[in-house]
Amino acid sequence: MSYILILGAKSDMAKAVARVYASHGYDLYLACRNTAELDEQIKDIDVRYSRKAVPVEMDITATETHAAIYGALDPKPEGVISVVGYLGDQKTAEKDFSEADRIMRTNYAGPVSMLNLAANDMESRKSGFIIGISSVAGDRGRKSNYIYGSAKAGFSEYLSGLRNRLFTAGVHVMTVKPGFVDTKMTAGMDLPKKLTAQPSEVAEDIYSAWSKGKNVIYTKKRWRLIMLIIRHIPEFMFKKTSI
Amino acid sequence: MSLYSWGNYPRIENRVIRYTGERGLAETISKNSQMIPYGNGRSYGDSALGDTILHMRNHDLFISFDDQTGLLRCKSGVLLSEILDVFVPRGWFLKITPGTKLITIGGAIASDVHGKNHHVEGCFSECVLSFRIMTADGDIINCSREENADMFHATCGGMGLTGVILEADIYLKKINSKNIVQTTVKTSDLKATFDAFSEYKHMPYSVAWIDCLAKGSKLGRCLLMAGDFADDGDLTPNADRKKDIPFNFPSFSLNNLSVSAFNTLYYAKGKNGVAKVDYDQFFYPLDAINNWNRIYGRNGFTQYQFILPLDASYEGLEKILKKIADSGKGSFLAVLKLYGKANENWLSFPMEGYSLALDFKIEHGLFDLLYKLDRIVLDYGGRIYLTKDVRVPEKTFEQGYPMIDKFRELREQTGMNRKFSSLQSRRVNI
Repeated sequence: MSYILILGAKSDMAKAVARVYASHGYDLYLACRNTAELDEQIKDIDVRYSRKAVPVEMDITATETHAAIYGALDPKPEGVISVVGYLGDQKTAEKDFSEADRIMRTNYAGPVSMLNLAANDMESRKSGFIIGISSVAGDRGRKSNYIYGSAKAGFSEYLSGLRNRLFTAGVHVMTVKPGFVDTKMTAGMDLPKKLTAQPSEVAEDIYSAWSKGKNVIYTKKRWRLIMLIIRHIPEFMFKKTSI
Repeated sequence: MSLYSWGNYPRIENRVIRYTGERGLAETISKNSQMIPYGNGRSYGDSALGDTILHMRNHDLFISFDDQTGLLRCKSGVLLSEILDVFVPRGWFLKITPGTKLITIGGAIASDVHGKNHHVEGCFSECVLSFRIMTADGDIINCSREENADMFHATCGGMGLTGVILEADIYLKKINSKNIVQTTVKTSDLKATFDAFSEYKHMPYSVAWIDCLAKGSKLGRCLLMAGDFADDGDLTPNADRKKDIPFNFPSFSLNNLSVSAFNTLYYAKGKNGVAKVDYDQFFYPLDAINNWNRIYGRNGFTQYQFILPLDASYEGLEKILKKIADSGKGSFLAVLKLYGKANENWLSFPMEGYSLALDFKIEHGLFDLLYKLDRIVLDYGGRIYLTKDVRVPEKTFEQGYPMIDKFRELREQTGMNRKFSSLQSRRVNI
């Protein structure tokens, strides 16, 4: 059976994505740091779906190690899903560049490094797919999280270019822009219920949009309209807001 | 983001602490008091509500399954629906299931839930071999009928007040079909309803929808549904039929007239006969409608569920049904069921006799009616189900539960009462 490589496998969203793909018959490579912590999740996938989940030790920011990690995958994955995300702390990142650097490396440089490898492989074999989880935060920079937002914006544009490049090779690239998701990352934040998705909903949305060959999706769906409006607020007004 | 219960009443602010692991939980317990574990929020009232909520839903991993014995080990946040999704295609089903599959294993144990087969199989605890629970001092202990037996019997039905259940070993049962052969019997009054229950007692599953607004000679008329698993080898997953209630109905939309019209139509539509339906249609008809609780409007609703001992059931039910029909506060979800013997758990609800469950929207005058019904329930030696309750007074509650002092004593001795409590436990003083 073919494998899906999941980057950033320990997050709540990755757990949900892994389940959906395993339930549809895929085996999994689960890539993250400290893979020993995946033991229970791997057993869960075995009991639920009788599918294999193979841990892959990977530090997304250690880009120099990526070629060896991807090279060692045998068989090569049919699809790669980047669920990597690090919100970081905006205030800290404003004062301490090392935090800003970590946010940019984790959300942009790291995924680009891994997806470049996957893209080259898929382009040459003329099959495969790539799904990148970006964020609505990348649609417009706001004072509350623009370091994270700008890294995600970069990632969204990367995926857009990649989609364009790989189209002729028949490799599908999908960009996912979740709004609020009820995960460890957002624990303790006061999120509006109607705009907040459960990780399992996001995963179902991803699977169904991917099966239909969609290019860019928002999840929950109503975020598309919200972001359309937010993107169109004139800058002279937007700069005065705090949303 | 505050959490509510299924009844959407009361709506109180609370602090939600999400489960992140055993170490984190032990730390949370040592630093806080008055916490209550919360699964998937399907208890109707205030059983899982409080100032500080321990949100366990994400603790949802399967650990192991033995396909010889049917023994499943999983974490406490796993939903019954997840177990069915995984195991029905392999020929296994829950031994005991309530009328919704959207509850966690932890919640099923804490409420010691029961279902249409109570008269044969008993409560959920019957399929529980053992569980691990984190106690008030942060230790994890294993509980079974042999090991820490007191904790086992206090925790099954203990409403989350004895600690935080982390994982459980439960037995599933073998099936050779996902379908149920269902017999529907339409009865014309309470006497006929009771006769039908005795006649179909040999069937493993039975339950009746009762028209609680019918009066006079029609009092107690019902549609009894009895059934058992088919033997046709069909184990394909059920089609997804989910419908959605997208917003709260205005609260005037459910009134005496609309409910009475619904009940009359529903009863008239019911036909005697045998049909094959899948397990979702038979066990979980309401799960097919997302957020069906919204039909009761923004003010929310409650369910009144009581049970009466067998020999007092007929007389007591007749009285109660009359009171309800006269009050005009009808509900379209009124469920009557014959139960089997009580178990040894200290606070489990079931006893041998008839139980009636009725949904009511929260409105002026409702609680006065329910207090009157309480009196009849107690007069006939019955009790009220905590999992559905949001208002029962301490005296009414404790009169129905003879083991209550033992439970209180255990809570006191082990310091649970300082760590774990809900709005409900404070109200009924347990």
